[in-house]
Amino acid sequence: MSAVAEMPPKNFAVTPRLNAAGEPLGELLEVSMGPHHPSTHGVFRMDVVLDGEQVVKLKPVFGYLHRNHEKIAEGISYLSAMPYTDRLDYFCSMTNNWAYALTIEKLAGLAVPERAEFIRVIMAELTRLQNHTCLIGFFLQDMGALGTPMMYAFREREKILDLFEAVSGARMMCNYMRFGGVRVDVDEAWLAHARKITGDYGKFLDEFEAFLTQNEILLARTQGVGVLSRELAINASVTGPLLRASGVNYDLRKVDHYGIYGRFDFQVPLGDHGDIYDRYLVRVLEMRESLKILQQALRDIPAGPFMDPKAKLRGFRPKAGEVYGRIEGPKGELGFYIISEGSPNPYRFRVRPPSLINLTILEDMCLGQKIADAIVILGSVDIVLGEVDR
Amino acid sequence: MPVTKLDIVPNDCPAGERSLRVDAVSAFAVARFLRDDPQLKLDYCSNVTGIDWPQATVKTKVKKKVLVAGVEKEIEETIETLRSGHLEVVYHLYSMALKHGPVVLRLCTENRADHTRLPSLTPLWRGAEFQEREIFDLYGVIFEGHPDLRRLLMWDEFVGFPMRKDYVAPDDFEYEPTPHDKVLEAAKKHYPAEEPA
Amino acid sequence: MIEEGLKSELQKQGVYVTTLEDLYNWGRANSIWPLTFGLACCAIEMMAASMARFDLARFGAEVFRPSPRQADLMIVAGTVTKKMAPLVVRLYNQMPEPKYVIAMGSCAISGGPFKQGYNVLKGIDRYLPVDVSIPGCPPRPEALIHALMTLQQKILAQKLTGPDRPGCLNAAVPGEFPVPAYGEHDLEPSKNPQIWHPPLIKR
Repeated sequence: MSAVAEMPPKNFAVTPRLNAAGEPLGELLEVSMGPHHPSTHGVFRMDVVLDGEQVVKLKPVFGYLHRNHEKIAEGISYLSAMPYTDRLDYFCSMTNNWAYALTIEKLAGLAVPERAEFIRVIMAELTRLQNHTCLIGFFLQDMGALGTPMMYAFREREKILDLFEAVSGARMMCNYMRFGGVRVDVDEAWLAHARKITGDYGKFLDEFEAFLTQNEILLARTQGVGVLSRELAINASVTGPLLRASGVNYDLRKVDHYGIYGRFDFQVPLGDHGDIYDRYLVRVLEMRESLKILQQALRDIPAGPFMDPKAKLRGFRPKAGEVYGRIEGPKGELGFYIISEGSPNPYRFRVRPPSLINLTILEDMCLGQKIADAIVILGSVDIVLGEVDR
Repeated sequence: MPVTKLDIVPNDCPAGERSLRVDAVSAFAVARFLRDDPQLKLDYCSNVTGIDWPQATVKTKVKKKVLVAGVEKEIEETIETLRSGHLEVVYHLYSMALKHGPVVLRLCTENRADHTRLPSLTPLWRGAEFQEREIFDLYGVIFEGHPDLRRLLMWDEFVGFPMRKDYVAPDDFEYEPTPHDKVLEAAKKHYPAEEPA
Repeated sequence: MIEEGLKSELQKQGVYVTTLEDLYNWGRANSIWPLTFGLACCAIEMMAASMARFDLARFGAEVFRPSPRQADLMIVAGTVTKKMAPLVVRLYNQMPEPKYVIAMGSCAISGGPFKQGYNVLKGIDRYLPVDVSIPGCPPRPEALIHALMTLQQKILAQKLTGPDRPGCLNAAVPGEFPVPAYGEHDLEPSKNPQIWHPPLIKR
């Protein structure tokens, strides 16, 4: 901890390398990558200063998708803010909805029936599966495997999106969770279909891993690249698979025991080295753990109400106070900090975006690496601009 | 040694998370203690939020016992206090080492106009870097000791602090197909002048 | 003009008769190269449309070019914020004629659910001429395919002579539009009055 006890102010003056005689070996090149760029996962800009191929300075620039979610939410009611949470991390609308619903249930003291908790866990783990699959597809595209892993990833994602569409009416922006439960119930046919997809997903993961895990190009490009140490990861508030790849055992499903995660038997994969290959492996192992949770949840889901019968949806006015609720989203800790003044609209609606905070150490991970590695490091951080900029 | 002013802020909703309000001068020392003390070890700063409290009268209901015609009765009285306008920054701290939390730390500025400086806790928790920059961008709180304080989400030439409650959005309401409430008022300014009857 | 009966007789003999206009438009319509320009959530549906299940490649639009100099269609997919708007216009200016714009999703058409934001541009048609708009939030990949087919029909019906001819043959059509600058509170100008003519609705 003493290494990061006092962070000195950053040194912005960068100079090129010197040769043996002490003269600079050339000039520095400043490149602005983005916001329109094939590999930047959205409208994200990096101002990179290069010395040859090495990165000596990297400043991320955001705000190109700043859609004023927090200000809009202050002017509308609590329930009307639910569809906006879908559009934060647009891959994972179910987990975003759950984080917001959990926060409001904490604020107002609402209870959630057991069947709804099981449904929430099933939706969250399906979201985690498709998010990690797509991420591996994108991150391999950044490495140059133009399109093929993404094709496989999107093929599997479509099967999960069919499930989401059957239950909520929309493929991506589901708007499915409510304060006190879920919007509609899932029927036996849906559960049977979900069991089938969960059963087949293991084979797809085996196929994916057979292509990728021992692939020499992947190994050469990711092992030892973009290393993030434990202490820096904790100090920089990194969460999610990025943190666990650096060896820190902090998964909110095990720490906070929110929902009914305490009842399921699953493990938390941890990495040893903190490089990109560990982040890839942690995500693959997390997908397998998600499959385990899904099998248990789909087996044990009880009958019962899917919504708290006493929950009031119209005219919802929680008591004045404040609350911070958080869940383990696929990208990290997604938190909502809501201040209520007893009126139908929130007074302050703050989203704690995991992608933005995970980008804090992007510069530290990329310094000294080549520019091509900087792209792959950004891909392994797993950002979605809807969440970074809100 | 300056005297530290500490306050526990109550929270009456079912969530019940109370917070610790610290004055700006000793905030850095208190935060360092919270991070380094072996029993607390709050090494993870999860969330940094900015809040705008414009000047307003706050009505709180208080129960009082009053003698009415010789009989003691309990009545509810509304007390009005004037809340001076200020900006607030709230830190949610957790411990990854000891797996506990949260400890909520609040810092308030003196007013919303010229005394908006607060100490930056980025040297202690690097994760606060972008979040404090965002609060500077959207609320106008100046963090002293922040390594790189500039706008994060709005463009650099932008003037103003959009998340404040009194921010007026620019007038681009020329085409509003279904306006109501405030949007209707703003859209009416663009309608053609009424033709004389 | 040759009548249809004679055309089909000649086709049976292996002779194909057409006009230069039809041939030119047929070539253009069936190989539209879009620009990879996903801004937000609609970009994911655009990607899903180009993937194996929905397959935009069947309609000729498979080759998504990252450089605007090589693209002839810009699918504005997602919310255009005021910070991003000058870059969108600059990218449009860099595209060669004839170029087309599809506004995908309600955010690109009018600001969408985020319309009341201080940083959200209420529709990309304030600065660029839009050929096809797709409503939806996000529109399904089939809707994007429908929009592409509508654009193809528009191209097939375009005449090569006369005032409606495409921009590559018509010097009077403006190929570049002024790029808005970052002002203190809003973009300057906040709209392009030569292109944007909203209907006046009184409520």
